[in-house]
Amino acid sequence: MSSNPSHSTDLNVDTKSPANPPEALPEPGIPAMRVKDLSFYYGVRKALERVTVDIYQGRVTAIIGPSGCGKSTFIKALNRISELEAQVQVDGLIEFFGQDIYSSRINLNRLRRQIGMVFQKPNPFSMSVYDNVAYGIRVSGRKSKSELDDIVELALMNAALWDEVKDVLSKSALGLSGGQQQRLCIARALAVKPKVLLMDEPCSALDPIATMKIEDLIHELRSDLTIVIVTHNMQQASRVSDYTAFFSTDESRIGHMVEFGSTSQIFRAANEARTRDYIEGRFG
Amino acid sequence: MANPEFGYDSTEIEDLSQPLPPVRQLFSYAMTAIAFLFTGLALLPLFAILIEILRQGLPNLSLETLVSLPAPVGVTDQPNGFANAIVGTLIMVGLASLVSIPIGVMTAIYLTEFGKGGAIANSIRFIATVLSGVPSIVVGVFAYGVIVLTTKSFSAIAGSFALAVLMLPVVVLSTEGALNLVSNSQRLASAALGSSRFQTTWRVVLLSALPGITTGVLLAVARAAGETAPLIFTALFSQNWFSGLQNPTPSMSVLIYNYANSPYVEQTSLAWTASVVLVLMILLINILSRLVTRNRLDIQ
Ligand SMILES: Nc1ncnc2c1ncn2[C@@H]1O[C@H](COP(=O)(O)OP(=O)(O)OP(=O)(O)O)[C@@H](O)[C@H]1O
Ligand SMILES: [Mg+2]
Repeated sequence: MSSNPSHSTDLNVDTKSPANPPEALPEPGIPAMRVKDLSFYYGVRKALERVTVDIYQGRVTAIIGPSGCGKSTFIKALNRISELEAQVQVDGLIEFFGQDIYSSRINLNRLRRQIGMVFQKPNPFSMSVYDNVAYGIRVSGRKSKSELDDIVELALMNAALWDEVKDVLSKSALGLSGGQQQRLCIARALAVKPKVLLMDEPCSALDPIATMKIEDLIHELRSDLTIVIVTHNMQQASRVSDYTAFFSTDESRIGHMVEFGSTSQIFRAANEARTRDYIEGRFG
Repeated sequence: MANPEFGYDSTEIEDLSQPLPPVRQLFSYAMTAIAFLFTGLALLPLFAILIEILRQGLPNLSLETLVSLPAPVGVTDQPNGFANAIVGTLIMVGLASLVSIPIGVMTAIYLTEFGKGGAIANSIRFIATVLSGVPSIVVGVFAYGVIVLTTKSFSAIAGSFALAVLMLPVVVLSTEGALNLVSNSQRLASAALGSSRFQTTWRVVLLSALPGITTGVLLAVARAAGETAPLIFTALFSQNWFSGLQNPTPSMSVLIYNYANSPYVEQTSLAWTASVVLVLMILLINILSRLVTRNRLDIQ
């Protein structure tokens, strides 16, 4: 898969001139997910306070902010994976195409198939490359071998990994490099055809070249997919995203959303002084 | 340049080829020597036992001993062996494994995957830990009271029951250990792909933990194969072939126990030979567990 020519892969790109020119920014369109007044608690401790934001369909939304401000908490709330890790409580509303995902009638397995996730550290299963990608399909129902083969190949192609692994499909996924493993995790998530893909610092364990490949990937995928990406890398946020949400903490260490806007606006002319300070590296 | 704040002076460069002071070198050598000495001491009894068993038992080991029944005392024109005890041990250990391994693995799955941190899980773990420390003779007496007295007969069933009770806590605790080693990120990754708890456990967690579980389970099997006390009270012994689960059944360990004290040379030498075979059987199980583990790792 070739890299997207419209997008700069120069890691030292100036934050003042984001790679996505404003005229390239499409109309907001319809939100795939709407978050209204979300407050999030671990046990009794509040981690997020009244976050309201729309995640637009077919766009990339970046979440930035200092460590501990609740970025991971926020995206783990979007597919309800956080409740597997801790005792949590959620107030407010999160909608996925109009459906309240915290309603008691929601089937979590269906929900998580629609809203995929890529974790910070690559976490392939200790199975073959093929079985990793086929896993999500296999747990959701039977498919014929040839159908499965096609899905696996397509997912690996979409994750720009096919050429590298097509000869080692039956080898253990743990033998791949870190960057390949992360792309495998992306392929695994893509194979179940989610509508939304959540990525929590997907490149933090990767070198610049692997990072570049994943950024290219995000560019290629975004027309079909709604992507939410958490990143500590300002250049990355400015390169890959259409919208940016800046999160921060207050004095009591409760996270909240400071500002949301198109990436070019946030990076060029943020309304809040705190956002500007953070982007320019003066705090956080 | 000296940095007063850290008490850090970068102008002072150490000569890296300078050896350590003699006292430290000496100490290091002495500690290494002591470590070797104690390792040797620890291995000494182990090798002493092995060598003695092999010395006494190996000369009489033949195909005949492996396929024939024990000859009555004083009869020398009949083949002498302990095939019935081998069969008895295999049957009872097999039956005990068939019961204790599934129950034990399921229990461990409950402990780590479903009831983790809950009061029920904690009490189960506590009970398993206590049970794993109960002397095997106590388990034998228990099985005697529960099964032998009620059925009014020593039997292979009673022996298997006692062995299963002994194996159960070992299987539970070792399997729990293996399941706990599976990284939580694997469970999250599976859940994030829309699989249910059951699917995650079955397809991801058990798969990753399989080598560890196998090792633990085979060690429990090996331990059961060598147990004597619980079988004396339950399966007893017999000079004849295995004749049904409701009847007294011979086993390797009880045969060794009975014959080792015997005044007859033929029987004591048979006990030594049986020891060799029993040790080899247990060794085989251990090697098997290593192989299973290694093969799985090779794939990775
Ligand atoms: N499983 C958990 N149980 C309890 N508290 C948690 C848990 N996970 C996170 N927290 C708390 O919630 C707050 C937000 O954490 P979160 O991981 O969302 O931050 P983050 O913005 O992703 O930080 P980073 O950039 O370092 O990844 C932190 O104060 C953290 O201590
Ligand atoms: Mg985080």
